[in-house]
Amino acid sequence: MTFLSYLISGISLGSIYAIIALGYTMVYGIAKMLNFAHGDVIMVGGYMSFMATTHFGWSPFSSVLFAMGVCTVLGILIEQLAYKPLRSAPSLAVLITAIGVSYFLQNAALLIWTPNPKSFSSVVPFDSLRLFDGQLIISGTTIVTIVACAIIIVTLNTIVNKTKIGKAMRAVSEDKDVAQLMGISVNKTISVTFAIGSALAAVAGVLLCSAYPILMPTTGAMPGIKAFTAAVFGGIGSIPGAFLGGILLGIIEILGKAYISTQLSDAIVFAVLIIILLVKPTGLLGKKVLVKV
Amino acid sequence: MKRKSYFTFVVALMLCLALLTGCAGNTAKPTDTAESAAPSESKTEPSGGQQTETEPGTSTNNAPIKLGGIGPLTGGAAVYGVAVANGAKIAVDEINALGGMQFELNFQDDEHDAEKSVNAYNVLKDWGMQILVGTVTTTPGIAVSTEVYNDRIFALTPSASSPAVIEGKDNVYQMCFSDPNQGIASAQYIQDKGLGTKIAVIYNNGCAYSTGIYEKFVSEAETKNLEIVSITTFTDDTANDFSVQLTEAQNAGADLVFLPIYYQPASLILSQANAMGYEPEFFGVDGMDGILTMKNFDTTLAEGVMLLTPFAADATDDLTVAFVEKYSELYGEVPNQFAADGYDSVYAIYEALKDSDVTAETSPSDLCELLIDIFSGGDFVFNGLTGENMTWSKLGEVAKSPKGMVIENGVYVGMD
Repeated sequence: MTFLSYLISGISLGSIYAIIALGYTMVYGIAKMLNFAHGDVIMVGGYMSFMATTHFGWSPFSSVLFAMGVCTVLGILIEQLAYKPLRSAPSLAVLITAIGVSYFLQNAALLIWTPNPKSFSSVVPFDSLRLFDGQLIISGTTIVTIVACAIIIVTLNTIVNKTKIGKAMRAVSEDKDVAQLMGISVNKTISVTFAIGSALAAVAGVLLCSAYPILMPTTGAMPGIKAFTAAVFGGIGSIPGAFLGGILLGIIEILGKAYISTQLSDAIVFAVLIIILLVKPTGLLGKKVLVKV
Repeated sequence: MKRKSYFTFVVALMLCLALLTGCAGNTAKPTDTAESAAPSESKTEPSGGQQTETEPGTSTNNAPIKLGGIGPLTGGAAVYGVAVANGAKIAVDEINALGGMQFELNFQDDEHDAEKSVNAYNVLKDWGMQILVGTVTTTPGIAVSTEVYNDRIFALTPSASSPAVIEGKDNVYQMCFSDPNQGIASAQYIQDKGLGTKIAVIYNNGCAYSTGIYEKFVSEAETKNLEIVSITTFTDDTANDFSVQLTEAQNAGADLVFLPIYYQPASLILSQANAMGYEPEFFGVDGMDGILTMKNFDTTLAEGVMLLTPFAADATDDLTVAFVEKYSELYGEVPNQFAADGYDSVYAIYEALKDSDVTAETSPSDLCELLIDIFSGGDFVFNGLTGENMTWSKLGEVAKSPKGMVIENGVYVGMD
C-alpha cells in the first residue's frame, strides 16, 4: 500500500513535470530553440492566479483562466521582443537571450511581489479520496493534476495532428524555409506555439502551486530545469515523449527517494538520464534526424 | 536598414542619458562619503554633508561612526537580509535621535553569495567602514569573517549562526544562537517537557544551518535516551514533495517530528502532512519563525507547532511592542526574528561604545580591540529584543535562553 501511495505521488509530480515539459518540447520542436524562460512563465502564472483569488476575490476557475490569459500575452510578448529579432541569429545567441529573459522575469517578480514567500491556496475544491479503509489517501489536487495532464496531452496531440495550424506547425518544424515558400506564415506559427506553450505554463504553475503551496520568485526555476530534463529524457520535440519523460522522471524521483536514499534522489534521476542518453541519444521517443551535408 | 541604425542610435543616446541622470541623482552620496573618508580635512564642518543622515544631530556636531552591513537584499534569501537591514535602520535612527553618539549605516547586498559578499565587504572598506554588522547568512559569513579577521575590523553578525563563522576569529561575534546550541537546547526542551517519545527528523542536508542543528540534536538525543525512529533529508532542489519523508516518519510511528529547517519548506511539510492525515507534534527551531506572517498561509495548519525562538512579535514587553509598532508602520509587515536580530546588533554595539570616547576618526583596528575587550570582558550584559541578560564568550558565541513557543489560534504563545 505504501508503494502504491508513493507511485501516485510520483505520477502526480510527474504530471506537473510533463505539462511543463510540453511547453519546452513544443517550442523546441517548432522554433528549434530552448526557451529557458519557460520556468519563469510558470511562476508568473502562479502569481497571477494568486492575485486573482486573494486580491480580486475571483473563483479558482476564473483565476486559472486569468493566469492563462496573462501568460499567453506574456509569452507572445517575450517572443516578439526577445526572440523574433534573433530569428536568423546563431542558436547560442538565442539561448543566452532566453537565459536573460529568465533572469529578467525573476527579478521583475522580485520587485513586484517582494521576495517574501506567499502561501498558495489550492484551486482544487475537492477533498482527499480515501481508499482501502483510509490506508491510501489521494489528495484532490493529485487527481486534478493527473486528469488535467491527460486532457492536455490529448488536446495537444489533436491540435498538432488534426488541425490546420497543427499542420503548419509540423511544416515549420520540418523545414522553415520550405514552409515559407508553401505560403505558411512562419512568424505567426511560432507566435501561436509560444501562446500555447505559455498558456500551458500557466496551468502548470497553478497546479504546481496547488500541490506544493508555496510561491516565490524562484518557484519556477527548479521545476523548469527538471521538466527540461524530462523533455530531453522523452526525446525533445516529441509531444508523447514529453509526457512519458515527465511521468517517468516524477516516479523515479519519488521511488528513488523512498527506496534508495532521500539524499540521492536527484543524483538518481540524472544518472538514469545519462544512461538513457547513452543508449538512445535522442531520448526515449526522439526521432533520429539524418542531416545531409 | 537606415531606420534600424537610427533606432539603435536613439536607444544608445537614451542609455547614455540614463547613465548621466543616474549620476546626478546620487551626487549627494559620493560627496558625503568623500568628505567623511577624509575627516582630517573637513573636520571643522562635517555636519554639512551629513544633514540627511542625522537630523537632530546638529547639537552634538558629531561625525557618525560608520557601520557597514552585508546581507541578501535581493535573491531567494532576501527576506532575511531585508529584515535585518530594516531592523538595523530603525535602531540607527533611534540612536541618532537620542542626540549622543551618531551612527551611519551603509547596507550592501550580497545576494546570499560568498563572492559577492566579499565584494560588498571591499566596497564598505573603501567607504571607510569602522564596524561590520554582518553578514546576515552563513555561507557568505564564512568568507567575509576571514577577511574581517585579517583586516582587524570588528564584526557582529545578526544571524549567521554556523560556528564556522566565528571559529578561530577573535573579532567576530554572533547575536543569534549558534546552530549546535539550538540542537542541544531543542533536545533538552523535548525531554524536559516530555513532548515526544518517538522522534522523526527531516532536515535539509544541503544547508549548513540545518545540518549543524541536526547533528548536535542527534548526538544530544542519544545521551538523553530520546528515541529517533526516522531520519530523512531533502535539498533546496527537492524541497517540494515531502510525501516520502512523511510516510516514512508515519510508518516508523513517530509522534514528534523535529524540523531544523526554514519555514518555507516547513509550510509545505505541514500542509502535506495535513493532506495525508498524519498528525504528529511538530517541533521547529528559529528558522520556523516567519511561518505565521507568510502571506495567505492557512494558520490552522500550524496549530500546535512548537518552536524555539529568541523573539516573538506578540510579546507584551515595552521594547517589543514599540519595535513591532514602528516596524509595521514603516515597512507594512510584522517583523520577524531577523529584523529583531538586526536591531539588537546595532544596539549592542551602541551599548558597548556609548561610554567610551570613540569618534568617527577612531581607526577600525583600535575599535576592534576595544570592542573585543568589552564583549569578552565578562561584564558586558545586553538586554534586547531577542533575549535578556545576553553575554558573550571569548569564542564569540552568545549566551541567552531560548524561548519555547507554541502556535495557538494563529499566534505564538510562550510555553513556560
